[in-house]
Amino acid sequence: MTTTPSLSDRGNTPQWHRIRTIENPWVRRGLVAIALSYLLWSMGSIEINWGRAADGVPRAVDMIVRMLPPDFSRWGLLFRGTLESVQMALAASFFGMILAVPVGICGAGNLVPKPVYLAARGFIILSRTFHEIIVAIFFVKIFGFGPLAGVLTLLVSSTSFISKMLAEDIENMPPGQLEAIRATGASFPQLLVYCVSPQALPRYLGVSIYRLDANIRHSTVVGIVGAGGIGQVLAASFSRYDYDFALAILLTIISLVFMGEFFSNWVRNQLR
Amino acid sequence: MLKISGLSKVYPTGAAALKNVSFSVGEPKVVTIIGPSGAGKSTLIRCINRLVEPTTGKIMLDDVDILALNRHDLREARRRMGMIFQEYNLVERLTVMENLLSGRLGYVGFWRTYGRKFPAEDVAAAFALLERVGLSGYQNTRADALSGGERQRVGISRALMQKPDLLLVDEPTASLDPKTSRQIMRILVELAHERGTPALVNLHDVGLAQSFSDRIIGLRSGEVVFDGPPEQVTAQVLTKIYGEEDWSTTIRKVEGESGKPDKPHSESEESMLRESLA
Repeated sequence: MTTTPSLSDRGNTPQWHRIRTIENPWVRRGLVAIALSYLLWSMGSIEINWGRAADGVPRAVDMIVRMLPPDFSRWGLLFRGTLESVQMALAASFFGMILAVPVGICGAGNLVPKPVYLAARGFIILSRTFHEIIVAIFFVKIFGFGPLAGVLTLLVSSTSFISKMLAEDIENMPPGQLEAIRATGASFPQLLVYCVSPQALPRYLGVSIYRLDANIRHSTVVGIVGAGGIGQVLAASFSRYDYDFALAILLTIISLVFMGEFFSNWVRNQLR
Repeated sequence: MLKISGLSKVYPTGAAALKNVSFSVGEPKVVTIIGPSGAGKSTLIRCINRLVEPTTGKIMLDDVDILALNRHDLREARRRMGMIFQEYNLVERLTVMENLLSGRLGYVGFWRTYGRKFPAEDVAAAFALLERVGLSGYQNTRADALSGGERQRVGISRALMQKPDLLLVDEPTASLDPKTSRQIMRILVELAHERGTPALVNLHDVGLAQSFSDRIIGLRSGEVVFDGPPEQVTAQVLTKIYGEEDWSTTIRKVEGESGKPDKPHSESEESMLRESLA
């Protein structure tokens, strides 16, 4: 047996320890225990009906068989629905972009007084609270079926999204630039067009283009609750068991989203 | 002529940054303020154009009572004070020329600002300044493509575009290497004298302050503890400003330019680091 010097010296070495995210060992172990027991309890309480799950398999196979081949014969309806979706997305993105500028500026804590900031942030949070589907249901109830409800839904979400990104982008600006321009005796509007705008514009445009791409995707969803566009056509075809037409619509949506994605990436690369 | 009397600043946290500071600056004189970090140098400079609101005191720029001004009149007073910063604070995505012309924002309206339609004499003055600070041909370069020394030249030019009655300079060389620091200080002092503009300069480098200023003010914990010509800055004075230390190597006056070449990459590395963090 050899006695290593490090062992015999141990009494003299100062103690060291790692810093844990949750320092208290009882809290740490307790949280793990709670998580594990919740997992076990939820497994017992969900009551998955394996019989019904098994029944679903042949139905799924039947649906896929009936979907093939996709039926593009009603291309006029398909085309009109697609066009409506794209127009909804374009209109919502365009007006969302415009509305987001004042909201975004008011939501930047380094530019405006506290009450204005809180009001703008409150608006942004409120309009992000509800999922688009819920907002769409509201607008369909108010304005009836059709693209108007869809455009308004997408407009609300676009405005809040773009203005949130804009506000955060402005808040992340180095404070020195704003200070320097203020120190020249510039007015607030001058500060906006000479300092904030050049610094924030490229990202604002990038976010807006991204939002256009997202709106194309979302416009297909809000249609399902009756807010116009290709989604409404899709919902109708499903409820009539026109699975082959539904597949044609799904393929159209896929290619549409792909094109939107490529366009948005291309534009954002140009902005760099 | 700037006259400060009884100036105090207490931050909302309760920290007293300035305690009863009084002095005046006049004629084309370069006055540097030295003192340890946290002595209130930056606060003092920023109180003068009210980027920081002082708690009590009086600041007179000629016959204008700065602390009594409303928002609109404050803008007019700020036009008369050119400010130069440690981090240059250029608008990064604008060109050198646009940054210089931003010094005229207090004199042009909104739509002229929006369309960048500055008066011809402003543009001519900007070109003259670019040549004077050694940046001719840089007018269309974007500010974020410049090195630190070049940025500070633009920063100085922007402040001078205001045709100011006073220059407020906050640590102009703290982000620069020693050689560039001396070049920048030289340009600054020369221009201040050429144009007859007094300058109030914060510096943490005692050697630089001694070589380039007409007068030195020592600040410690928000109080003026020294006010006099650079020759009078002795070891005792430095101890009074900064506390006990062996000052024998600091006091030595650096006469000639050091012949060492610039470190060419230090600044671009710094800006790359800043970008990767952003």
